[in-house]
Amino acid sequence: MAVGGIDFDLHRGEAFGFLGPNGAGKSSTMRMIGCVSPPTGGELSILGLDPLTDGPAIRARLGVVPQEDTLDVELTVRENLIIYGRYFGLPRGVIAERTARLLEFVQLSDRAEDQVEPLSGGMKRRLTIARSLINEPDILLLDEPTTGLDPQARHVVWDRLYRLKQQGVTLVLTTHYMDEAEQLCDRLVVMDRGAIAAEGSPRELIGRYSTPEVLELRFDPGEHEQAAEKLADLPAERIEVLADRILLYLQDGDAALRAVRGLGLELLTSLVRRSTLEDVFLRLTGRRLED
Amino acid sequence: MTIAFALREFRFWLTDYRRTWRGSIYTSVLNPVLYLGAMGLGLGTLVNARHAASLGGVSYLMFLAPGLLAAASMQTAVGESTYPVLASVKWIKTYQAAAATPLRPSDIFHGHLLFTAMRLTMNCSIFLVVIAAFGAVRSPWVIAALPVAVLTGMAFAVPIDAYAVTRNKDQSFSMLFRFGMIPLFLFSGTFFPITQLPGWIRPLAYITPLWHGVALCRSLSLGTATPDAALGHVAYLAGLIAVSLAVGRRTYRRRLYV
Repeated sequence: MAVGGIDFDLHRGEAFGFLGPNGAGKSSTMRMIGCVSPPTGGELSILGLDPLTDGPAIRARLGVVPQEDTLDVELTVRENLIIYGRYFGLPRGVIAERTARLLEFVQLSDRAEDQVEPLSGGMKRRLTIARSLINEPDILLLDEPTTGLDPQARHVVWDRLYRLKQQGVTLVLTTHYMDEAEQLCDRLVVMDRGAIAAEGSPRELIGRYSTPEVLELRFDPGEHEQAAEKLADLPAERIEVLADRILLYLQDGDAALRAVRGLGLELLTSLVRRSTLEDVFLRLTGRRLED
Repeated sequence: MTIAFALREFRFWLTDYRRTWRGSIYTSVLNPVLYLGAMGLGLGTLVNARHAASLGGVSYLMFLAPGLLAAASMQTAVGESTYPVLASVKWIKTYQAAAATPLRPSDIFHGHLLFTAMRLTMNCSIFLVVIAAFGAVRSPWVIAALPVAVLTGMAFAVPIDAYAVTRNKDQSFSMLFRFGMIPLFLFSGTFFPITQLPGWIRPLAYITPLWHGVALCRSLSLGTATPDAALGHVAYLAGLIAVSLAVGRRTYRRRLYV
């Protein structure tokens, strides 16, 4: 069993995220919401319907962007949207109108008649997003929407998803990127080993499970252990000793950094930053998100 | 509703086929011309000179042509239900794309089969025209050999679809070709009457769907079909298809709903 004991509610118009490392059960949860994986127990209601009996009716109102592209690479960009529109039983005129509009939206209008195969990873992802919108879904499911994309392509995808959110589309996404979750999600659950570890808005979670600031310190590897012991005396709320650096969780990073400098340790680099969801995850699970 | 959904998947395959249909038509014409030319006419002159009696008094070409029709239908069916299914479920995942829409796994299965049936109808029709052009037909009942040949092909396509959707690699198919299709092609009565086989091996031929297809197509083409025998052959093929449909609905579901 991939997930056991998860409990959450989605609200219309929000962007809801599942944040967790690979293997946390995010994709399994998404497949259950997408009605392509019958739950073996518990209660699941999507759009007020039961996925076991109303799968086709629910899927008619969902848009799905799977983790792995499932585009037909031998057809053209436009044909991929037309085929998908037919799967939803849309009339020809509606499909043509939406196809033109959606290709515009994902900035692929000039590639409409090209085959899909030679498109870049970012373009394929955008095409998959356009395809998932052909039925004007009530909920858009995105499984790791930017995994495998280069930073620039990720930003383009984020920008498009942000616009969808502005238009009032309900987004449900999984990610193991904390920056993605922070950028896009109004509310999220942190998943670990098939269960939910915490739930809230990014700001709430950071407020609840971390401190406003984090001081990251790197020492000479030979002094790492010794440094960690000495730092224990500082007024930090929490110390995380990672393999390559030490994290001090506290209210005022700069003040603490001055204090560290006074300890006479061989400090290689230091960084004062705000807490992120990565820190929340570390606190909740004792592990890092991206390993 | 069920049929409407299956038709949507069928239309997907039609769109897909638009890119390749021309090439496939050449193959469909060339294949019977080559076989009937080389075996029917070439090899046929030797056979006719010495063994006309063992073929029931007809020319080898007339004996061979309807058998080849059924065998070619099997070949097309195997081609349509192996790699295209594996590609759809494993390589390009167009099945998964369809499963995210209102379509159910059974609709995806049925829609693909509808397309296979259409391809078989096309190929078998062309085959029949070529046979007629070779003058290898004796009875107008040969028209009925068209649906029988399609049925024969489907008796392969349905179970192989149901099997192929469970696969992750195409190695399984080379076993299917080597130990399934090729022996059937050679020993199911297409090229010689199976009464020529040793007695102990004949029952094996009787349980293969191809033998039923070959026997019925041949009897229709030669005008020797009897209602009882025809019904028996059709019932066998239809029964095999019905059972395989039930199995395939399960294997498609298990593969696409994980």
